[in-house]
Amino acid sequence: MNRLLLNKIILILSTLSAVIGIGFLFWILATLSYKGITSIHWSTFTHDLVEGGIRNLLVGQFTMAVLASALAVPVGMMAGIYLREYGHGSKLASIIRNLSDVMMSAPSIVIGVFVFALLVDPFGGYNGYAGIVALSIMMIPIIISTTDNMLALVPKELREAGIALGGSKHKIILQIVVKAAKVGITTGVLLSFARIIGETAPLLFTSANNQFFTMDLTGQFPSLTVSIYNLATYPDEASRELAWAASFILTMIVLCINLIGRYAIRNKK
Amino acid sequence: MAKENLVMEIKDFSFTYAGAEKPSLKKINLPIEENKITAMIGPSGCGKSTLLRAMNRIHDLYPGNKYEGKINLYKADGSKQNILDIKKENDFIKLRQEVGMIFQKPTPFPMSIFDNVAYGLRLSGIKNKTELQGLVEKALKGAAIWDETKDRLNESALGMSGGQQQRLCIARAVALKPRVLLFDEPTSALDPISTGAIEELIAELKEEVSVVIVTHNMQQASRLSDYTAFMYLGDLAEYDKTEKIFLNPTQKLTEDYITGRFG
Repeated sequence: MNRLLLNKIILILSTLSAVIGIGFLFWILATLSYKGITSIHWSTFTHDLVEGGIRNLLVGQFTMAVLASALAVPVGMMAGIYLREYGHGSKLASIIRNLSDVMMSAPSIVIGVFVFALLVDPFGGYNGYAGIVALSIMMIPIIISTTDNMLALVPKELREAGIALGGSKHKIILQIVVKAAKVGITTGVLLSFARIIGETAPLLFTSANNQFFTMDLTGQFPSLTVSIYNLATYPDEASRELAWAASFILTMIVLCINLIGRYAIRNKK
Repeated sequence: MAKENLVMEIKDFSFTYAGAEKPSLKKINLPIEENKITAMIGPSGCGKSTLLRAMNRIHDLYPGNKYEGKINLYKADGSKQNILDIKKENDFIKLRQEVGMIFQKPTPFPMSIFDNVAYGLRLSGIKNKTELQGLVEKALKGAAIWDETKDRLNESALGMSGGQQQRLCIARAVALKPRVLLFDEPTSALDPISTGAIEELIAELKEEVSVVIVTHNMQQASRLSDYTAFMYLGDLAEYDKTEKIFLNPTQKLTEDYITGRFG
């Protein structure tokens, strides 16, 4: 009797917790959709921030995220390959692995401050490059850990079979092992891209923001997230509406990238 | 035993895994006859896989292992090489082209059937497309899997059944024309029908290569092999012609193991 009662209580409690969690999520999504969709107009996509649109912000945000990935993916993947294939429980490898895990949970504002001191202050002002570096610092540990974990799933027999056919270690790693882990690593890259494209803090005082359309990375660079932060604090209705629209669009982008990433895994299995 | 009949010869060979205090193999002496099938049997942990994996030095993938003694490989031109002396990457690659290996679980690479077989050939430096096609076809025929694969050479090898994958792996190894093929329990992950096909294939292969096979299956060893080595706790307990080992073993231990009294 007691057992059944306890079971019921736990069941109710856990269901309740799930409902609360999901409830808030849907609340956010519903508010965002309602306020966002009603605030979106054609001109939102065709005009730059200075004229009440977000065209330059979208382009700017994507430019920085893509360039940050171009920096972080090769570095992160090579580090991951080192940890799994060459490190072999060496002290250096375990130190790097731990540091990378710590970096993954480093507050993003701290990374922003660090890059400010490194690339903004000495060069006399906010610039797009600093934003890219800040984003890639956020991304590298995620890529390292994904690569490391995905390579760990490749059976060691596959490596041995490659070696047994007369392959050298680096050829086997590049041509077979990484290929076998391709789907997992790609998913990790997509998910980490989704993560950094929504980041504000690392950009806040690195690339800052720009109202105009620009591709010049040496100056202040347009950012969707920083704009949302700014716009939301403005007193006028139009700015706040634009913040809602931008938030909604950003959420949809992140959601889509996440779904693509998850779908890729499922499709493979 | 006359030397010209041997393809490999293991002499006073001891092996210690990295970090282990005691050797896993102790002073093993074992001849491998050319164009014959040698089976290695023994209870789990007796060192038979360890010995097999020493014969193409796959152990060297992991650092810190210790070899002692000699493992001689007799080449086609009659020269002899102690494979434990190998230090350079190029020589390792040559060794593995001469001494191929098939694993317990099929290990198809994540690429097409054709590319799987061509992989080792390409590594050995064959680039010419028509030559590759000819050699791949020959290898697939040699592994009795050509009829099943000829219409789907460009499909992924991961879509094949376990038995087909294992024969593909054999084709991949045969393509390099090795002198010796090492089989590490090649059928223990397969169903009886696939097992039969693989056994038949191994029996045919000995026309061209010398085979060493580790197996837990006594029937398989007795059906397939010409010579049998019984290993126990890191020692070679008994080695002889297969009939002798199975019908009239010298050692009590061998008899007990073969008749299933332990192991």
